[in-house]
Amino acid sequence: MSNRIDVKKTYKLFINGAFPRTESGRTYEIKNAKGTFIANPCLASRKDLKDAVVAARAAQSGWNKASAYNKGQILYRIAEMLEGRRAQFVDEIITVTGVTKVKAEKEVTDSVDRLVWYAGWSDKLSSLSGALNPVAGPYYNFTVPESMGVIAAIAPESPSLLGLIDAIAPIIVGGNTVIVLASTKAPLSAMSFAEVIATSDVPAGVINILTGKKDEIAPWMASHMDIDGFDISGLAAKSHGAVRIAGAENLKRIYSFKSADPGRILAFLENKTVWHPIGL
Amino acid sequence: MSFYGLVDGSDSSLRKYLGALSGVDQVGADARAAMLATRSIKTSSKRWAIDTAISMVDLTTLEGADTPGKVQALCTKAVRPDPTNSSVPSVGAVCVYNDMVAVARKHLDLVGGAHVGLAAVSTAFPSGRASMPVKIQDTQDALDAGASEIDMVIDRGAFLSGNYIDVFNEIVQIRELCGTKAHLKVIFETGELTTYDNVRKASFLAMAAGADFIKTSTGKIAPAATPPVVLVMLEAVRDFYQMTQTRIGVKPAGGIRNTKDAIKQLVLVNETAGPEWLTPSLFRIGASALLNDLLMQRMKMDDGYYASPAYVTID
Repeated sequence: MSNRIDVKKTYKLFINGAFPRTESGRTYEIKNAKGTFIANPCLASRKDLKDAVVAARAAQSGWNKASAYNKGQILYRIAEMLEGRRAQFVDEIITVTGVTKVKAEKEVTDSVDRLVWYAGWSDKLSSLSGALNPVAGPYYNFTVPESMGVIAAIAPESPSLLGLIDAIAPIIVGGNTVIVLASTKAPLSAMSFAEVIATSDVPAGVINILTGKKDEIAPWMASHMDIDGFDISGLAAKSHGAVRIAGAENLKRIYSFKSADPGRILAFLENKTVWHPIGL
Repeated sequence: MSFYGLVDGSDSSLRKYLGALSGVDQVGADARAAMLATRSIKTSSKRWAIDTAISMVDLTTLEGADTPGKVQALCTKAVRPDPTNSSVPSVGAVCVYNDMVAVARKHLDLVGGAHVGLAAVSTAFPSGRASMPVKIQDTQDALDAGASEIDMVIDRGAFLSGNYIDVFNEIVQIRELCGTKAHLKVIFETGELTTYDNVRKASFLAMAAGADFIKTSTGKIAPAATPPVVLVMLEAVRDFYQMTQTRIGVKPAGGIRNTKDAIKQLVLVNETAGPEWLTPSLFRIGASALLNDLLMQRMKMDDGYYASPAYVTID
């Protein structure tokens, strides 16, 4: 028997590359499937969301200017860092959800692979959705995909890690910055994933992670004027209507996705069309 | 000039006057400013504070890259900060370099901005490193072009080497030049004065020499208008009022970028100098980015959701 006292981790938010506690001081309890207490993560407030949006907005132009190659490299770097911390993530998934070790390991493996897959799209997006348009004149006419700006996302309740990666990676790969609300019941892997991001050369503010109640934060995300798009895949279907109405007021693009596919990336890109004279 | 009967214009009387000043408790000033910064201002008080802060902004552009077009846009914004909402008050003044004063004067008059002040930064701003005839000509240019406020810099080199009388005489000369045509604001560049004792000393020196306002910084040096420095200057104007029954204004400038910072400044004013100073004629905030944040916070209070920078002008 060791008489050493456990060193418990304080689960905080991830905003602008730092790990602040929620400004509100609120927390909530999470328990495992058997009802045993696990941790007190932060219950993010509207002001935390506001701070995250300010950080995401400030980071957006720099991230957008990074080359596609560089963005892909950084996403791949996240995958590398996650691979190196497999054991911790497997443990956390088992602790919170009570799944078998085989299942937990599969989720972590899938998460790493999914990141690598999204990383690969980075330098192929403009070939995929861009075009040289046929026009009747002495001009070239190009269409190129451009980032939309600051995007909010709600991660699904489960799988908590893979779902989080599907919420983050497709948004940032095109040059957007993101504020993501993690799984309410299983937020531990999200906050540990923030530690992975913090050591992966992702510029501060590009990815911001909040924990809290979805029905509380989703309407604030929808009505915030400085959020350009909103992925509500992780929000219960019954709440979609109200969020879509609130978002329509400020012309926010709101989407819900069922699977991981390139459409998920393209949804948060906008097409820019450029005319260029044909030289002699 | 009588200098409020505090000094007779000689070096020895100035030294005696400044030597009699009490020192500043640095730890105490820092702690008091930090304590006042924790005040929470909400709902109707916040609403009042935002509008008051807007009316106190000296909307500033002091860049080498300033163009007449930019100055004109700034003047339009100064008169009507939110074009979609006429209940937003005009700012206190626009603040530009000397050669832009004529452009600003013409445009302010064109857009109905006679009530908005026009401040020019003079006396070889921002360094103050020029001969006195050059500084005088510099100020005269601004006055001739229609400036209603002169923001002069002191010679920090002279101040730091103890030549207080030189600094004093410069301020007196510029004061005489301004006459009744313009208000005089004296910039200390507190970031270069290094100690709070120096800030207090410079404050009393400038006030006795005839400053209408004392101003923290040029905005070109950091740190600029930190809360403790502003606290020290507010205590100086409060003490000066007790000595002379004259209220001198204070203008923090540089580093005040958001509504929270601005409201902290207003709390400092109210708790240090007193509510009499909560008016644009005695307190101004030199800023450029601040105004957009104030407008966004105002929109948020009206609409109930956070605003976007896309709905305010780019400056």
